[in-house]
Amino acid sequence: MAEKETTLGTLPKRDGNSGGLAALIKKTAAEKMGPEDHVLVWPNLVYLELISMLVITAGLLFLSIISPAPLEELASSDTTPNPTKAPWYFLGLQELLVYFDPWLAGVVLPSLIIVGLVLLPYIDPNPRGKGYYTFSERKFAVLGFSFGLALWYILIVIGVWFRGLDWSWYWPWDNWHAHKPITGGLVDLEVILEKTLGLTQTPLVTLGRYAVTVANLLTWVFFLGYYAVGFGIPFLFMRKFYNSLGFVRYNLMMFLFLSMLGVPLKIFLRLLASIKYVLVTPWFKI
Amino acid sequence: MNKLLDQIRENVTQTQVWKSIFRHGFPNNDANRALVMFSNVILHLHPVRVRRGALKIKFTWCLGGLTFFFFVMLAITGVFLMFYYVPDTRRAYNDIKDLGTVIYFGGLFRNLHRWSAHAMVFSVWMHMTRVFLTGSYKPPREFNWVVGVILLVVTLVMSWTGYLLPWDQLALWAVTVGSKMAEATPLVGNAGPFGPELGMTVNNDVRFVLLGGTVVGQSALLRFYVLHCLGLPLVMALFMAVHFWRIRKDGFSGPL
Ligand code: HEM
Repeated sequence: MAEKETTLGTLPKRDGNSGGLAALIKKTAAEKMGPEDHVLVWPNLVYLELISMLVITAGLLFLSIISPAPLEELASSDTTPNPTKAPWYFLGLQELLVYFDPWLAGVVLPSLIIVGLVLLPYIDPNPRGKGYYTFSERKFAVLGFSFGLALWYILIVIGVWFRGLDWSWYWPWDNWHAHKPITGGLVDLEVILEKTLGLTQTPLVTLGRYAVTVANLLTWVFFLGYYAVGFGIPFLFMRKFYNSLGFVRYNLMMFLFLSMLGVPLKIFLRLLASIKYVLVTPWFKI
Repeated sequence: MNKLLDQIRENVTQTQVWKSIFRHGFPNNDANRALVMFSNVILHLHPVRVRRGALKIKFTWCLGGLTFFFFVMLAITGVFLMFYYVPDTRRAYNDIKDLGTVIYFGGLFRNLHRWSAHAMVFSVWMHMTRVFLTGSYKPPREFNWVVGVILLVVTLVMSWTGYLLPWDQLALWAVTVGSKMAEATPLVGNAGPFGPELGMTVNNDVRFVLLGGTVVGQSALLRFYVLHCLGLPLVMALFMAVHFWRIRKDGFSGPL
């Protein structure tokens, strides 16, 4: 081969290649570093990638051989399996169905998760912690995100391993073929208020189908009060936090954050106080 | 002997055909190694040089790359499955059964497809978690994070549409559960808040659009099949192209 031994120095400059356009582009950090900090992608990185692909392919082949994909009976709308479970990555949402109506568990909450994720880079103005792992420099962000992730995964684990017949709770050592007694006795917050405070059931006003009683108004106060107090406390007592975000970011962030906290809160209300709905209207229940 | 080999190589690599395909010599010196990266369409997703830190695995954990690899794996195994699978409620189940019993390596390809799908869903979540924990969504990469969220959602929807295709009990009822939720969408679902007030019924709401009918049946199977094998992969490829392009333009956030 009559190839001359050439080095990178003899390559055409990027600027020349692009007709000068490259000079207009801001240089990335990588390009500002000297050649001694760099290695060539071929062979160093390309080979590393090839090896990882081979290893992962071997892993997939191994799994495919020891654990084949399931195929159950032919689909039939006559027999409903019990329980019917969604694929594992949606079991968190299905588990939420225990505590929320389908429009919340299946539509509004997942939409809020997606909206929250999309907005995340725009509502986190903290310039620190870019490009390296850190907890101390962005405590609130990391804690908040980890809280959401933990919630998502805990619900999935419950759905996959602790839900059996009739979607009842089963421990691994329980008999998974025997039905659990149906536990009822859930009441709405409205009814609890009515009973304990001895409130009248005659409506204050009637808006179409909606008969608004005193107890019902109180549940609105509770519900909106949760958000009002949540928005209010940092606004009044943590001014530095509020100022660092500004009006728009603060409201978006707090709405998403409080809604996220509301999910386990409602779960606890159900588990500890047997409350079915905190807010009831003819059109929707929360 | 060596001389003969050199002679043969010379004769092959100096031909017009060879030179029309490969625009660089054998990558045994730095210039050619760089030219490989420039002139190969797949490799040029990479830069020519990277910082030494790029070879450290502990920053990205290779998760984005792995997610992409699983996607490629799914595309390849998926093409094979498509040769044998007909999205007809009378056939689909038996086609899948045949894959495992009468078609050479059919079962293996189905298992690979299934495992890669699980792996992709898992790794895309982990990749997102990594990007969050390293703060890599901060300026100037905000928009690439948004593109990533779209990729995450498309990945989940692809998995879900694929779940129906075997047309077994698992498939039918998992999708029935999902479509019950669609029915409850506020405003546009017949069982959702303000849906009935806006005139939503079982045969004009969002669930009807999704299933092409009022039950999970033939139209739903066809819709899911087309979305799974054609529509969504196209969307995915488009957004992946944007995702990778942006990564190359912005550079890595970390010590890479
Ligand atoms: C189909 C799904 C996806 C694929 C194939 C993919 C692929 C990649 C690849 C190959 C990288 C290079 C670094 C690495 O390997 O970690 C990367 C970086 C990145 N990804 Fe993804 N990704 C996907 C989904 C996502 C998601 C769900 C998010 C976030 C919501 C995201 C946000 C980002 C960001 C911001 C970077 C730049 C990271 C940095 O500069 O350190 N991607 N992606």
